Amino acid sequence: MITMKINGVEVKAEEGWTILETAKFYGLEIPTLCYHEGLSPYGGCRLCLVEIGEGPRAKLVSSCTYPAEEGLVVHTDTRRVVQARRMMIELMLSVAPYSKVIQDLASKFGVTRMRFKIRNEECILCGLCVRMCEEQMDGKAIGFQNRGYQRKISTPFDIRSEECRLCGGCIYICPACQLRCQGPQAETAICNACLTLEPSCLDFYDELQCWMYDAGRCGTCVREKK
Amino acid sequence: MSVHQTINLDSLQEIVERHGYNKNKLIAILQDIQAVYHYLPAEALKTLSKLLKIPLVDIISVATFYRAFSLTPKGRHVATVCMGTACHVRGAPKILEEFERQLNIRRGETTEDGEWSLETVACLGCCAIGPVVVVDGDYHAHTSIRKVPTILDRYRK
Repeated sequence: MITMKINGVEVKAEEGWTILETAKFYGLEIPTLCYHEGLSPYGGCRLCLVEIGEGPRAKLVSSCTYPAEEGLVVHTDTRRVVQARRMMIELMLSVAPYSKVIQDLASKFGVTRMRFKIRNEECILCGLCVRMCEEQMDGKAIGFQNRGYQRKISTPFDIRSEECRLCGGCIYICPACQLRCQGPQAETAICNACLTLEPSCLDFYDELQCWMYDAGRCGTCVREKK
Repeated sequence: MSVHQTINLDSLQEIVERHGYNKNKLIAILQDIQAVYHYLPAEALKTLSKLLKIPLVDIISVATFYRAFSLTPKGRHVATVCMGTACHVRGAPKILEEFERQLNIRRGETTEDGEWSLETVACLGCCAIGPVVVVDGDYHAHTSIRKVPTILDRYRK
C-alpha cells in the first residue's frame, strides 16, 4: 500500500495505481476527456492535470499517467490547475467548437471566452479512436499520421483499410465528431447555453411545484410574473 | 516516370533479411527501401508489414513522421536547400527561388521528367559554411544565386 496526500487528505493507493485512479477510488473528481477505463492512459487532453509537490517546486502533471508514489502531495483544484484546465478547454474549443462534450466541459468549468482562431477540424487528436481500434477491437485500422500541425488520424493511404470491419467503435468513443452542440455562434465559438442548468421557476407558481419549495422568494418568478 | 516503373519486391526481402527481421530496425529498413526506390512504395510497405508483423498503420505513422521519408516518388536527383537561421540570413530564400526558377517546380515537388526533386530542410548543422545546398548527399558550401546553374549542370548528364 502506498500512502499519499490528495487535497490534504491522507489516502492509500494500491501498487500500480495512477493518481487519477486513486482520486476516483476516494470519490474525488478530476475531469478527464482522453481517459477511458477500458483503454491505456494516453495523457493527451491534459484535462486531468493536478499539481504535485509543494511550494516553488510544485509542478503540473497529468494524473491519468502519473503513478501513485509514497509520500506524494497532490492538489487537484489549485488556482494553477484550474487556469491550466480552462486554457486546455479553450484550445480544444478552437479546433472542435461543435463538439457537445467539449462545450459541456466549457460550461461546467466556466470558460466563457475563446480567444483563438476557430479552426473547426472536428478532431482534438485525443487518440481515443486509435486506442479503441487497437486495444478493444483488435483492428489496427487507424493511426496517427504526419507531425506537428499536420498531424491527423487516418487509415493508411487515406483509403478504406483492409483491417477495418466497420465496427464503429471509433465513432462511438469520439468526443469531438459525433455529438453536436447546436449552440455556438460563428463569431464566438462558445455556447454556454448549458451554463445555467438550475431549473427555472415553473409556469404555475405553486408552492408545491417550486423546486426549492419556496415559491417567489428566490426572485426568479417574481420577475417573470410582473 | 522512367526511373522507377517496376517495383521489384525481391530487394525488399533481401533488405529485411539483412536486418534479421528485427522490428526495432524499422527506420533503418525504411531508409534502405528509400535508397532503392527513391521513395516508399505503398506495395513495399504492405509487404513489409507482413514480413515484420507490424501493423501497417504503425509503419505509416513512422514513415509520415520523418521528413526523410517520402510516400510519393522522388526524382533521380534531390536538391535540398537549407533554410536554417544562419543560411536564411545569408540569402537561402533567394537561392531556393533560383532553384525553383531553374527547375520550374516549387519546393517539395518533382520535375515531370523525374530527374529533379526540390526540398527544404530546417538546419543541417553546418552553419559555418552556409548557405548550404545538398544534392544527392554532396554538400555545396557558400552557395549563391550565380552558383545554382553550375551545381545543376554538374548532375545533368
